[in-house]
Amino acid sequence: MRILSKLVFIAALIAAAPVAFAQGTGAGKITVEQPWARATPAGAMTGAAYMTLANKAKTADRLTGASSDVAAKVQIHEMKVVNGVMQMREVAGGLAIPAGGSVTLKPGSYHVMLMGLKKPLVAGQSFPLTLTFAKAGTISVTVPVQAMGATGGGGMSGMGGMQPGKSGGMGKMEMK
Amino acid sequence: MRTRHWVITAVSGVAGFAVAALAIFFVAGAPHIGHVGVASIGGPFTLVDDTGKPVSDKTLAGKPYAIYFGYTYCPEVCPTTLFDLTRWIKKLGPDADKLNYVFVTVDPERDTPKLMHAYLASFDKRIRGFTGTPAQIAKIAGEYRVYYKKVPSSDGSYTMDHSSMIYLMDADERFDSLIAYQEKDASAVAKLKNLASQAPTS
Repeated sequence: MRILSKLVFIAALIAAAPVAFAQGTGAGKITVEQPWARATPAGAMTGAAYMTLANKAKTADRLTGASSDVAAKVQIHEMKVVNGVMQMREVAGGLAIPAGGSVTLKPGSYHVMLMGLKKPLVAGQSFPLTLTFAKAGTISVTVPVQAMGATGGGGMSGMGGMQPGKSGGMGKMEMK
Repeated sequence: MRTRHWVITAVSGVAGFAVAALAIFFVAGAPHIGHVGVASIGGPFTLVDDTGKPVSDKTLAGKPYAIYFGYTYCPEVCPTTLFDLTRWIKKLGPDADKLNYVFVTVDPERDTPKLMHAYLASFDKRIRGFTGTPAQIAKIAGEYRVYYKKVPSSDGSYTMDHSSMIYLMDADERFDSLIAYQEKDASAVAKLKNLASQAPTS
């Protein structure tokens, strides 16, 4: 109990919540860092989750799918703005994660698309997400929901220098 | 040897010309716009708003307006844009009421007035939602040079590709300027302030 509270305290201090407490067959080979999602408007049927996937294995892997209690269907999508036109596509065959490398899912790029939301994603709350990898199997993580317009705190500002309260779904989220 | 050289030069010249011509064709023919004549954007429309009331271009007449095309099933760009717009409206202060704000769906099949109304409750109350029949949406999108396209997804549903900028129109429904996706606050607010300054004094 004391160790647990200590851990929570340390995690809060670091604030970047570097590695989610992950479970599943894939835990260990693939790490899911800083998962987060944006709050969705009322009535919205879709949402997006973001994170960094790091592959510690010596072989490449692929994120092939995902599921969550909060959505009827979950897909891996890529978003881009090309000449002012927003384009979104399902990532065919899954998202590759190079051996010893990592891929960051973030706004304006790859995201885990939650389709058929059963209720809005509310800032300050969190939801479960299970990711399926071609080789590593499944990993389940808890995704904290940040404010609408949040940029995730993590991936964007690089290593270190994280400010408490700006990331990881802990504490108050700032709007930009 | 020399002849061969000439042939290569000629061929690459022709190829280069073709590429240039294609580039011009695509840039000129592209569905979105960087600089467009004032007269060519906007036009009459008939739609319904998010309370189910019929609306037309006359509904917006008399005030300059910001008009944005998107859809509620959009996971990122549309909520972000409406969220940004909400913040800019707040920053405008009293000037905000000199403008109209409209979110037009490019996905009329799913975006009912009721859904748009619920969705827009998460943003500034002054942003109104417009929807209509697919034909009515096609008409207004054409007038505003908005590109949109349905993209089927593997599960039988679909997403929409669509233009991501906000159009600023003056009180006489003439094109003023664009706000790009995720434009900086200072620049976007300056454009909106400038637009508000053109509002006819009542």
